[in-house]
Amino acid sequence: MNRVWLFLPVVLVVVLGVMLYAGIGKDPTKLDSARLNQPVPAFELTMLADAQRMLDNESLKGQVALFNVWGTWCPSCRVEHPYLVALAEEQGIRIIGLNYKDKRGPALRWLEDLGDPYQFNIYDPEGSLGYDLGVYGAPETYVLDANGVVRYRHVGVVDERVWENHLKPVYEQYRAQEVD
Amino acid sequence: MRRILMGCLLMLLALPALSQLQTNELSDPEKQRRYQELTRELRCPLCQNESIAESDAPIANDMRRDVHRRLEAGQSDEEIVQALVARFGEFVRYSPRVTPATWALWFGPFVLVLVGLLVVVLMGLRGRRSQQAPAALDDGERARVQRLLRENDRNQ
Repeated sequence: MNRVWLFLPVVLVVVLGVMLYAGIGKDPTKLDSARLNQPVPAFELTMLADAQRMLDNESLKGQVALFNVWGTWCPSCRVEHPYLVALAEEQGIRIIGLNYKDKRGPALRWLEDLGDPYQFNIYDPEGSLGYDLGVYGAPETYVLDANGVVRYRHVGVVDERVWENHLKPVYEQYRAQEVD
Repeated sequence: MRRILMGCLLMLLALPALSQLQTNELSDPEKQRRYQELTRELRCPLCQNESIAESDAPIANDMRRDVHRRLEAGQSDEEIVQALVARFGEFVRYSPRVTPATWALWFGPFVLVLVGLLVVVLMGLRGRRSQQAPAALDDGERARVQRLLRENDRNQ
């Protein structure tokens, strides 16, 4: 009977091994959004293209969308921009932009020069909506469902791999629910 | 004269430092103390091994400003931490809350120490028992041992 206890160290080592193995390859800098499965926090900000038009949470509702946080000061945003343009133009993906801690002039010039994949952009010069949403480094890309609820967050550049493996499955899952 | 003037000019250079100080200054020393404590306890989500007090990241600056604003608005420490956790997740707490998910973290080390102590005690007990074992002979056995030893002596 007592001999069973001799296996305790083996069991401990196996449990520890499984735990540590599960951690391999996990990027600790990628955090799940604290706003996951919650609506985008309340905001009232102007549209980037039109300083007279106010936008609020209602503007985000109606259709599943990617919600892309960007700024002209952010080099990685420039890296991912062509891919966003391709997503919008070739696959008709609905993308809403959050122009984060930026200036209107340079931001509009950027869209003119590099192409505009966005349905519209929310102009957030103080980063207040970004802060409430828990944005900690642009670029970040969220999937919002048709009710404006956060369903996924990706921190960092969106490329084909990220789109195919992470964003697209969530996007399509909520698209399918929308049709039902 | 010139030296004094020069000194005054040089001091002007230090003015930005003063303004830096003022942005962090709170209305009373107690709040100032809580500010220092809170910003050391909250973790920067971008530069993950720094508290928001240490970090130069823009997001850490935003978080410090928010803590400052909430302190002035009279919120409690717990309310302030909650507000940041709601935005950035449990991750920003340097000392995680005690929940079933963090039990292993909080109590694991103590459990391991207890297990270790138990093993040491058990081994100690077993060791003592095995030392005492040879003494547990009854009178007949002892007489036989004596006889055997004597025989052994004679044969040599």
